[in-house]
Amino acid sequence: MLQRYDALVVGAGGAGLMAALQLSKQGHVAVLSKLYPTRSHTGAAQGGIGAALGNMEEDHWEWHMFDTIKGSDYLADQDAVEILCREAIETVYDLEHWGLPFSRTPEGKIAQRPFGGHTREFGKAPVRRSCYAADRTGHMILQTMYQQCIKDDVQFYNEYHVIDLLVEQGRCAGVVAICLETGEIHTFQAKAVIFATGGFGRIFRVTSNAHALTGDGMSVVLRRGIPLEDIEFFQFHPTGIYKMGILLSEAARGEGAILRNRNGERFMERYAPSLLDLAPRDMVSRAIYREIQEGRGINGANYVHLDFTHLGRDVLDKKLPDITDFVRTYMGIEPAKELVPVQPTAHYAMGGIPTDNDGRVVIDDKNTPVPGLYAAGEAACVSVHGGNRLGTNSLVDILVFGRRSGRHAADFIKKNEFVPLGANPEERAREMVQRLTTNNGKERAGDVRGTLQDEMMEKASVFRDAKTLSAMREKLHEIRDRYNHVKVEDRGTKYNTELLEVIELGSLIDVAQVLVESALARQESRGAHFREDFPKRDDPNWLKHTLAYLGPKGIEFKYKPVKITKFEPKERKY
Amino acid sequence: MQVTLKIRRFNPEKDKEPWWGEYKFEAEPTDRLLDALNHVKWYVDGTLTYRRSCAHGVCGSDAMLINGQNGLACKLLLKNLGSKITVEPMRGFRVIKDLLVDMEAFFDKYRRMKPYFITHSPVPEKERLQSVEERQRFDDTTKCILCGACTTSCPSFWANPDYVGPAAIVNAHRFVFDSRDEGKDERLSVLALNEGVWRCRTIFNCVEACPRGINVTRAIGEIKKALLLRKI
Repeated sequence: MLQRYDALVVGAGGAGLMAALQLSKQGHVAVLSKLYPTRSHTGAAQGGIGAALGNMEEDHWEWHMFDTIKGSDYLADQDAVEILCREAIETVYDLEHWGLPFSRTPEGKIAQRPFGGHTREFGKAPVRRSCYAADRTGHMILQTMYQQCIKDDVQFYNEYHVIDLLVEQGRCAGVVAICLETGEIHTFQAKAVIFATGGFGRIFRVTSNAHALTGDGMSVVLRRGIPLEDIEFFQFHPTGIYKMGILLSEAARGEGAILRNRNGERFMERYAPSLLDLAPRDMVSRAIYREIQEGRGINGANYVHLDFTHLGRDVLDKKLPDITDFVRTYMGIEPAKELVPVQPTAHYAMGGIPTDNDGRVVIDDKNTPVPGLYAAGEAACVSVHGGNRLGTNSLVDILVFGRRSGRHAADFIKKNEFVPLGANPEERAREMVQRLTTNNGKERAGDVRGTLQDEMMEKASVFRDAKTLSAMREKLHEIRDRYNHVKVEDRGTKYNTELLEVIELGSLIDVAQVLVESALARQESRGAHFREDFPKRDDPNWLKHTLAYLGPKGIEFKYKPVKITKFEPKERKY
Repeated sequence: MQVTLKIRRFNPEKDKEPWWGEYKFEAEPTDRLLDALNHVKWYVDGTLTYRRSCAHGVCGSDAMLINGQNGLACKLLLKNLGSKITVEPMRGFRVIKDLLVDMEAFFDKYRRMKPYFITHSPVPEKERLQSVEERQRFDDTTKCILCGACTTSCPSFWANPDYVGPAAIVNAHRFVFDSRDEGKDERLSVLALNEGVWRCRTIFNCVEACPRGINVTRAIGEIKKALLLRKI
């Protein structure tokens, strides 16, 4: 089945919807999403969106820029970060003008609160920069963006899963998707395609990420020869609910909650004497792992406590209602009175599909674009987060670069014609579906995925070294071999969600492989990538971005320089 | 704990009638019902079909009828559901496959509420001001995740599928009581129609069903009151 659109957006989270809003009046446009748009994981973001509005105290986008770059361990491209922090301000006002119900100050302005790594005067002390709507800021953003799409009559293909990208003569020609309701394969020809497909936290056992976050977009482009950038940098958020990984926002610590070890000690005093619990996430997660390694986890187990008990019920109910509810529901604990067991949880991919500052996908160290192909949000790597993202900056990223990619694509579709499709555009997609649904192997996808998640957690998470990563490389060979013998029991066509899960598992394995190979290659420690065997940052050799390609013999690398404009790399202390 | 899931099954490509599948296995008491459904799908019967995503009660994918009451499978723990758990699709929506239902009509009704900010006054350079109290006025209804649990627990909706239902009204309420919004009349006119808010018989099922703790019946009552005041 063939459909034609000037532009397509793949993914209906914040980045995709923002891009769609830029495009919808400029041509024939549709959004493809494997979920109903309101199910997207943008809705799970809690604590806020960073912008130097200065509603509570003096603040400047330059301070925000410095914090983001320092937080990135100097791997972020500084021209892109400048755009991020400048445009954050108008973006937050735009959200308010679209009706987003921000929490308010006594004067009626948008309320702001402190967040990890956000400071005044280039690192002097925490600043209140995170604009919030209680602790459900992402929910409000997703709802507001979807509402605007309804207003603008944006066309959606809900529950369509994109499984291939069409590239002809080096230009984007469209995508191939499977309709979950019917099982039919559809070709969507398009002048421009924007991938806004989110992250891949489900490669790890303990994660804050939705089941749906399986790296689909990244895997689809990788298989078509496009590189992935900086995938070795994966953020573990310090405070996930023990074992379940459900996120307890940094807003908790922004409002005053404290991390404590088995001795009741506020251990962040030893790791980040000035920012304490509000140090950036990579540092806090490492501190928790160290405490556990050195026997100061609670009862010697692999968790610590998050202490809300001094905050009072009023702060919990008014400013942190959702996470208070999570703690009560999932742990049966009353956070106003009892300590909450937490452990770092796989949260966010700093890396992704490489783009320039207009969201155009670029494929080499010279930033050569693929005409018509765009990426935005967590699926993309601009790079504004470098080695470690600051809290609140993902929401800024999806909106600022979702908008820029949408605007650029709107211009592109006016100036360019459709690229003719090849002879049999659905061939690869059909071959894949055919192979997966007729396989009579002995493996279950659930078992293979479980092995992947456990092994990645053990060998490639917060601490890594050559030994664990090499062992993981071997494991991945085994996992891929087992994947090739996975049997799909459901042989039907309608809503074959088992087939979908098997396709998703294939994406997870691809992205895990890129992560492990990129992490093995990078012989230094920077941001969220910490090598026990190379514990120091090494700027002379490694102040550069990884570009990983899927070659005939495995993953191949190129590297590209980091853009430095205003802030020279320095040692990172908080 | 040993748990038995009794799941209402229906595969449109195989079954003429729905049937009950029973699955007995060991699980942790602190597991979510969603974890148990995943257990069946991943290790017992891959054809079991349902929607899920976030797994912690914020995306709204996995509303279903659990032991006779609507809820989210990811927000209920096995220890609170007992060792025999009955799971069925939400009532009143067309069942497509197993626990997966057709949500299109539900979202159509939501869209009829004009669920987007409407203003005619000029856009200020910075934010519109809104007091803490004005913001609090509609806080409860901003929490809706469009899961459908309230609407499919409503006897008035079961009796008349054209009734817009509680979820749509909740989303209208979110705008009608927002001090910044200027589309009140347009929305109230839709709600005053035959299939609108007067179909509510204040049965309160929706309040019990809402996994976000929204006082749905109160919100509907406030809309009714706003309509009455408008007529005067």
